[in-house]
Amino acid sequence: MSALLIAALALATPQHAGHAAPPPQASTCTPEHAAMGHCTLPAAPPPPPPPACTPEHAAMGHCALPAAPAPPSAPACTPEHVAMGHCTLPAAPAPPSAPACTPEHAAMGHCTLPVAPAPPPPPACTPEHAAMGHCTLAPAASAPAGNAPPPPAPRADYADRIWGAQAMAASRAALRREHGGGSFSQVMIDIAEVQFRRGREGYRWEGEGWFGGDINRLVVKTEGEGEFGDAADDAEAQALYSRAIGPYFNLQAGVRQDFAPVDRTYAAFGVEGLAPYWFEVEAHAFVSTEGDVLGRLAASYDQRITQRLILQPRVEFNLAAQDVPESGIGAGLSDGEFDLRLRYEIVREFAPYVGVSHGSKFGRTADYARAVGEDASATTLVAGIRAWF
Amino acid sequence: MRSNLDRRALLRGAAAGGAGLALAPWLPAWAQSGTAGLARALPEVAGEDIRLVIDHVMRDVDGRRSHGIGINGTVPGLLIRLKEGQNVRLHVENRLGEESSIHWHGLILPFHMDGVPGVSFPGIAPRSTFTYDFPIRQAGTYWYHSHSGLQEQMGHYGPIVIDPAAPHAQPADREHVIVLSDHSPLHPHTIFRKLKQMGGYFNFQKQTLADQLAGRGQSAAERAEWGAMRMDPSDVADVTGSTYTYLVNGHGPRDKWTALFAPGERVRLRFVNASAMTTFNVRMPGLKLTIVEADGLPVRPVAVDEFQIAVAETYDAIVEPAGDRAYALVAESVDRSGMAVATLAPRAGMVAPVPPLRPRPLATMKDMGMGGMGGTAMPAGDACTPEHAAMGHCRATPGAADHAAHGGSMDHGGMDHSMRDFSVVPDSVAKSPTVQSISPMPVDRTGEPGQGLEGAGHRVLTYRDLVATARNPDVRAPERTLELHLTGNMERYMWAFDGRKFSEITDPIPFGLGERVRVRLVNDTMMGHPIHLHGHFFELVTGHGDHAPRKHTVNVQPGGIVEFDFTADAVGDWAFHCHMLYHMHAGMMQVVSVRPAGEAA
Repeated sequence: MSALLIAALALATPQHAGHAAPPPQASTCTPEHAAMGHCTLPAAPPPPPPPACTPEHAAMGHCALPAAPAPPSAPACTPEHVAMGHCTLPAAPAPPSAPACTPEHAAMGHCTLPVAPAPPPPPACTPEHAAMGHCTLAPAASAPAGNAPPPPAPRADYADRIWGAQAMAASRAALRREHGGGSFSQVMIDIAEVQFRRGREGYRWEGEGWFGGDINRLVVKTEGEGEFGDAADDAEAQALYSRAIGPYFNLQAGVRQDFAPVDRTYAAFGVEGLAPYWFEVEAHAFVSTEGDVLGRLAASYDQRITQRLILQPRVEFNLAAQDVPESGIGAGLSDGEFDLRLRYEIVREFAPYVGVSHGSKFGRTADYARAVGEDASATTLVAGIRAWF
Repeated sequence: MRSNLDRRALLRGAAAGGAGLALAPWLPAWAQSGTAGLARALPEVAGEDIRLVIDHVMRDVDGRRSHGIGINGTVPGLLIRLKEGQNVRLHVENRLGEESSIHWHGLILPFHMDGVPGVSFPGIAPRSTFTYDFPIRQAGTYWYHSHSGLQEQMGHYGPIVIDPAAPHAQPADREHVIVLSDHSPLHPHTIFRKLKQMGGYFNFQKQTLADQLAGRGQSAAERAEWGAMRMDPSDVADVTGSTYTYLVNGHGPRDKWTALFAPGERVRLRFVNASAMTTFNVRMPGLKLTIVEADGLPVRPVAVDEFQIAVAETYDAIVEPAGDRAYALVAESVDRSGMAVATLAPRAGMVAPVPPLRPRPLATMKDMGMGGMGGTAMPAGDACTPEHAAMGHCRATPGAADHAAHGGSMDHGGMDHSMRDFSVVPDSVAKSPTVQSISPMPVDRTGEPGQGLEGAGHRVLTYRDLVATARNPDVRAPERTLELHLTGNMERYMWAFDGRKFSEITDPIPFGLGERVRVRLVNDTMMGHPIHLHGHFFELVTGHGDHAPRKHTVNVQPGGIVEFDFTADAVGDWAFHCHMLYHMHAGMMQVVSVRPAGEAA
């Protein structure tokens, strides 16, 4: 309340500082006379009645004085007069030109200042005047805001009154759908490459697709590798429900199906996303229908050398809770992969690359590999493309 | 059609030679190159009954042909010239195969004439005509555009000029309309899909190892720190010059659009930023731009060398070219990935030197909402790195370098390297994946010239320079404050108010009729958001008392705060949104309801 009073003071003061009260109107109908019923005061701000029709004449019925729909703006109705019962001060919101109840008077308790809306003083304190020091700019727009409660939220259906609820329904539904409700998709072939091994050349693929909105998505992944002319050594596909659990990470759950080296079905769940320092990371666990438990951790990083030339280091580790001899997997850390790919984004969606890939099998997994005549570790040059749409 | 094209190509060749003027049928007369300006007696369309046709159009930009949506066959659409105090009936025929609409941006009108499908009316069905009918209660420079889907990006926009009932306080001998926009050969749905698939798809100004080795951009320490926060300082614009051509009145830079003047004239330039996504920095080397109107309403004249114009804002500037020479008009995209170029010249065919693009800005700690942490903005680009400071070459700014050096030793409240501390925001902000970051210490940036213009080396307009010439119609103190947070996630390309996309919300933002409210917009993202309230003007709280500048669109700088007071004096439902088209499309939109007291629904 005191803040309001100060604001009102600031508003009203320049008017008094800079300008004298308006001169009384040239009319014989004084408020005193009006109060006595002798005449009617002119409307504010009216043109003075034509001199011919004086209040006296009006009182005699010779002519009609203009009606006064507004409370009198003449300065005659002072608080003193009010106290005498001669006249009534205008109620809030006061007409802007009523200078009678000044803040000074209000401070003396002679009258009450109208509460907000405050009367805008007509001779405004312009910035030009303020700059000249003639007055102080009212801080109205910078005045502190109150703490009134907001009204309850209605239904946003006001247009129904004009166009009808039926006409509005379809466009209203479309409006929400089109502002944040869209579904999208992406198919990303991250790796499609030839691996230059000693002897026979191998191939490898890895890709995923997603479909859905910002929060809920269906994700399909596939990866595998083999040697040209042979069936794939490893091949798997996953179908996962993916849900955004934060700005950067998604929780995923679904099924994984291996097609090679053996057919096997797993329940899959895990998390993937963007870690600090721009590392793409993922961690998944798999439980097969046989009860085997496997795990996989992977991370990669895109180092931009130029706007289009990008070096991507990538690591992946596979883990197992137990030996799975038919898949050649030993318990513990079973294998690791360390890749480096240098791609050139001709366009964002299409980038050929070259790189080097090093794979190592560890522990019993390495033993299984050696038992069938394979190397426990191998390094290959690779070349391929990364593409998405 | 074929011979037509050849003729045009020939004419363009002649224009490039410096002589001829190609009349482009897809452009209205006021937007033709070599225009002498708005003919006062013969405006493009005027009167009480105006017919507009929305239809497909083929257009040429910089010699490349593309499909667009035009009004009466042109892009930008024709100029609608009105007079304060008149009534207007706008008969809009939609010849598209899909719903369309026209929103009259900045006009004060009954809510059901505002042209937002689903909020103010059902939209204009394919192959039907809708008649807008409302009184013109204001004067100034405004514009109109589609509020359906992403049609605006395809060219569905045009200028409105309303002449005042009383003579102009700032008369001019001549005036030109300058409609700035962005144009891509990609379909807008493709642009949006690419952004959803890869937030940085259009950014080819990222920091690289090559520029780090060359000593450009951030230092290694800063890069590490920003990397830890998963924040990309080069992410200044979502859609960039890598796909956009920036246009003046529908012309690309190579089209050499020219506006004429006679030396010594006062020329009023009516700038409209009709872009979908581009904030422009506008300057005319050799000329002072005296800003006389902002968002259509008169402001005290302020002479500047450059100003930033956010999407959907309008500014009127007076220039007084004295010499018998050409002047370049340059509108750089805020990320400096391209520019719109035009020429102001006494005769057609003259050219002025066009300044090169300035180095792109990098976002600073202040842009991340750390402006209130004692330090000021971290210098962008090649300024004072901690290494240089250590060598005594310069003094590092405390906000950035100290922070980098001392890590978490700063004990400012809310400091959190996750940049996502919900304790500093009201409970109304949803803890959703839409909120990638929260500004720990946002500050009022209305006294700053805009992102990337801190060191421009000349006078740049700020919001605080704007002072209304007329006293504000309502100077009551606000009854309450409404705080809204502008939130987003660049990785998922999600944008929202208070972490909730429009598609997730059912309740509007409620206001009582006549209620006066302070709205406090806090930008929790690293990107500027031009926020537009339909059907109302609001008073910026920038210290100008009862002469606060009144606007319909305000750009909230990255990591910044803007406060405005407004009187909810227009009953109905109104759209309220970020005017970055793809931000709105992603969910940064709401409905504002204004109801008489006691009216429940």
